[in-house]
Amino acid sequence: MRPPSGPAIKAKMTTVPALSVEHLAKSFGELRAVDDVSFHVNAGEIVGLVGPNGAGKTTTINMILGVLAPTSGRIEVEGVDLKAERSRALARTNFAAVYAPLPGNLTVEQNLRVFGMIYAVPKLSERIEQVLEEFDLVRYRKTKAGVLSSGEGTRLSLAKAMINRPRLLLLDEPTASIDPSTARDIRANISGFVDAGECGVLWTSHNMYEVEAVCDRVLFMSRGKILLEGDPKTLPGQHGAASLDDLFVAVAHEALKADVRA
Amino acid sequence: MNPSRVFAVVLRQFYLYRSSPQRILPIFLFVAIDILLWGFLTRYLNGLSHVNYFVPALLGAVLLWDFLTRAMQGITTAFFEDVWSRNFLNVFATPIRTSEYLSGLVIIGVINTVISLVVMFVMAWALFGLSFLAYGWALGPFLAVLFLTGVALGILGTAMVLRLGPASEWLVWPIPTLLLPFAGAYYPISSLPGWMQAVSKALPPSYVFEGMRAVVAGRPAPWGELAIATGLACVYLLAACLVFAATYRFAIRTGLIARYSAETVS
Repeated sequence: MRPPSGPAIKAKMTTVPALSVEHLAKSFGELRAVDDVSFHVNAGEIVGLVGPNGAGKTTTINMILGVLAPTSGRIEVEGVDLKAERSRALARTNFAAVYAPLPGNLTVEQNLRVFGMIYAVPKLSERIEQVLEEFDLVRYRKTKAGVLSSGEGTRLSLAKAMINRPRLLLLDEPTASIDPSTARDIRANISGFVDAGECGVLWTSHNMYEVEAVCDRVLFMSRGKILLEGDPKTLPGQHGAASLDDLFVAVAHEALKADVRA
Repeated sequence: MNPSRVFAVVLRQFYLYRSSPQRILPIFLFVAIDILLWGFLTRYLNGLSHVNYFVPALLGAVLLWDFLTRAMQGITTAFFEDVWSRNFLNVFATPIRTSEYLSGLVIIGVINTVISLVVMFVMAWALFGLSFLAYGWALGPFLAVLFLTGVALGILGTAMVLRLGPASEWLVWPIPTLLLPFAGAYYPISSLPGWMQAVSKALPPSYVFEGMRAVVAGRPAPWGELAIATGLACVYLLAACLVFAATYRFAIRTGLIARYSAETVS
């Protein structure tokens, strides 16, 4: 895979964050899945959202994607209020998730064209060629998405996620089902994309090595709350853990104990 | 409304049709089977009677009902494609508006019905001498009322599946058949019991079939009744759109779209 072309400048100068989440909450009956969560993602920044299963990460991402209404709180994408201007906010957003594969009965190119049109991408044919090349999908352009391997399918999801040059990219475990070599390529490609533009990325993963390698900042989430926040390289030391992996395990165990007490 | 997004919904369906004969065939097949089945039956009935009534009345009614069914199924099938390919999250996490999505589905419905209408016209005329032009100027309102009703039923069906989950698809397919006894397609509404007649009055197609029989019998088209039918069909179409919008809001509030295949809400 080739990193995208363009000036390698981190655009952290932009004042409006790519994503701003304020006092976000979501309840399902008695269950408080997300509980008063606030954070932001700056342009040119990759923020890791990590935590044990059931922590509320995917619920948070679903709310940012506009497919789940918050019980309370506010979400802004580049200063555009998602609730008030859903379509305008989502036009600047895109996502890739292991649980949302693209329709298997369309070819790679057809999928990119359909979603490119939904995002009203200008010069779409040109843009399709670019992402096909960036994600090494040129030879699969006429292949149905349903017969791609896991790695190829992930690359297609990422190509779709990049088609509109999003200002906010949401990646929910994008490398979960692929081999280490492909995962490394994908990480390099996304980092390259962030470096080249003004895109902010919110990245969930259970792979702490990946988070440490890619993310500028990490948010530890558990039981619907953000418990810790900081630089993934220094955060473990600040909390007496040898590595991010150990810190994750410690946070997850605390969450489990709290669950048992509850 | 962004035309690019509307066209994207249509284009996706075009891609599927282009590469899949099993999707194209039903557009023609069921219409052709109905024409053959009912065409020979009406020809036989014409032979038993001294009036040459059955082809324009009975075969015409069958084909007009097929027209309504195609309009509905054009929309529901396009929606089911997103259900079958578990594509809801990908589609609804984009800037597309429900009005744009529905407009795309309706355009697919229009294309479907136009194709099947042409097949109907040609086959019915070539094989059984039925010319829809025999209905005169009333044909326009007949088709308009049936199309609007079919679209309304299609949108209502999609709302039902969105609300109740993928398995509720089987509830949608028989909707036209459930309405058929009340629509008076094959018999005058006056032959129904009182309570069924009351239901018929609320169904726009029943006015179409009464009008069709009047025209075939040589009476003038009931323009006033057809105006009522058009009004009713428009009201139902608006109501169906509102129901879909409310169902969509419910799905967003409850997280149904994000975990649609789990059918958690139903």
